[in-house]
Amino acid sequence: MAVGAQRPGVGGERPGARRDPARGGEDRPARVLTRVLVAEAHGEDDDRGDAHGGDGQAQGHGGQPTLAAVPAALAVTALTKRYGTTHALRGVDLTVGEGELVGLLGPNGAGKSTLVKIACGLVRATGGTAEICGAPAGSAKARGALGYLAELFRFPGWASADELLVLHQRLTGSDGGAAERAELLALVGLAEARERRIETMSKGMQQRLGIAQALVGKPALLLLDEPTSALDPAGRRTVRGLLDELRDRGVAVLLNTHLLSEVEQVCDRVAIIDRGLLIAAGRPDELSRPRGVEVETDGGTRSFAAASREDVPAIVERLVRAGERIYEVRLVRSTLEDAYLAAVESAEADREAAA
Amino acid sequence: MNDVLVVATHALRESLRRRVFAVVVCLTLAFGGLYAWGTSELFSDVSNFGPNDVGLDPRTLAGATILGLAMFGTLFLGVVLAVFLTLGAVRGDAERGLLQPLIVRPLGRRQYLAGRFLAAGSVAGVYVLVVYAGAVVVTGVLGDWWPSDPVGAGVRLAAAVVVVAALALLGSIFLSANANGIAVLMVFGAGLLAGLLGSIGDALNSNTLQTIANTSSWLLPFEALYRDALRVLVAEVPGVTGAIIQLGPLGGSHNAGPLLVPYTLLYLAGVGLVAAWSFARSDL
Repeated sequence: MAVGAQRPGVGGERPGARRDPARGGEDRPARVLTRVLVAEAHGEDDDRGDAHGGDGQAQGHGGQPTLAAVPAALAVTALTKRYGTTHALRGVDLTVGEGELVGLLGPNGAGKSTLVKIACGLVRATGGTAEICGAPAGSAKARGALGYLAELFRFPGWASADELLVLHQRLTGSDGGAAERAELLALVGLAEARERRIETMSKGMQQRLGIAQALVGKPALLLLDEPTSALDPAGRRTVRGLLDELRDRGVAVLLNTHLLSEVEQVCDRVAIIDRGLLIAAGRPDELSRPRGVEVETDGGTRSFAAASREDVPAIVERLVRAGERIYEVRLVRSTLEDAYLAAVESAEADREAAA
Repeated sequence: MNDVLVVATHALRESLRRRVFAVVVCLTLAFGGLYAWGTSELFSDVSNFGPNDVGLDPRTLAGATILGLAMFGTLFLGVVLAVFLTLGAVRGDAERGLLQPLIVRPLGRRQYLAGRFLAAGSVAGVYVLVVYAGAVVVTGVLGDWWPSDPVGAGVRLAAAVVVVAALALLGSIFLSANANGIAVLMVFGAGLLAGLLGSIGDALNSNTLQTIANTSSWLLPFEALYRDALRVLVAEVPGVTGAIIQLGPLGGSHNAGPLLVPYTLLYLAGVGLVAAWSFARSDL
């Protein structure tokens, strides 16, 4: 099972299209196309295709524009990883399209961090493939296209925030200079801490600085491993805003986190991993399920667990006829947390049945 | 090459900002002061020696002995510096979470290793050359005794420290910082002990001890470089004096032959290849 372009069954949408309840439930226009028109007959180059390896296969005939595949920001196929006798990953397929924000969920030890580390080139896969913008994970080209913030990271305490970003600019070959550093520090709310030594910063500030360093060099893919674990609510809100902004800029993000509410609020798609297997995937609202109707009356809250949206007029009519005053009617859906727990429990039940 | 320099510069800046160099300079100045004092006292005593019947040159004996001791001290300080600059370069930094943000950059793992080696090797090597040169000058000025080949001895001494830096870097791929530091310093001690056994073997004409020393020299060429440095220090001293100072302090001098330098270069290349191969296969 895959998320994104390789999983047409999930909503039938293109990666990048996101249902945003805050905007009236309409799908946002897909910011990024997974396919681009290549006007081969006119000899026009496609900048994005070039920027990501230029693997697009132009197949024009008779001068007609044709479709060419743009490599996904992250494409993982049948990925396996074994540490001795322990299987950390057992054949995971996952795709993160360009500009897509995918949340990676799962219990401790599920294999999430292993997947992220393989994508970064920190860990070698036992089997399967992982590609970053069309380049094999771990290659210089792949590493040049990604930014990474580890779950357990540390920066040299003697350096200032600005010095750290200078180091990463040199390592990425970024020519953004002081302007890029100032922009990134402002983006994560650390503009005032530019000259401050890292060892004097709080853990939350260091985590935000970590996000800034991951963004040095304008990566196409951002891999964030528990990026908000040390942040207070205000810091988390800052990061959520930042993630939204990154998506607007076309940066793909794979967000590994335990904070389901965070995933629910910002992610286009969710992938749930358990014991090295992808057990569920889809948009957050697809993974949640209707859970009936609740009506606030002068007699208290009345629940109709089996009811759906279509049943609401009849329910209201019945209650009014019975002489009750109606104050509010709510359609209840399960939360992502419910969906997550259900998926994990279902996978556990399947394993027990198979055993 | 640019990535190598970025990593090397970063490592050196860390040492500078962490006041590693400040501590090293202060302690080295203390060492130099003590050495100058001891040298002054020694040659003051030697000047009172009268003529002897066996043809012993007391000034040469005193100069070669105390400079040999200074070489051992310099080697030890250089090794400590090299080890501390490299002991946590890979596994130690990975355990602390310092390495991952760097390694995921386009910078290759080989370049990272090369940068760390360049930083540690150059700092420790230059440090040894400077301290050794200071000891030579102090001995020459205070005692009016100059070694036969001061440059050759200094280069061999610096090369010995560079070899230890390479071994420490290799060890850092497999061992945590503490374990690696202990392991490298114990290997260093074992190498010197083997050299001492070789000197005893030479004196007793024991093939077994000589074989142990020779094998150690090939496995751990820093020991052979140190003993060869002692040899070139006094290679041109004739007679009884020459015979006595060949025994030298802490291991004695030993002619490692013309293959030592090319072998050391090959050894360093081999250590580098093993390190690069192992690091490329390490999960972080």
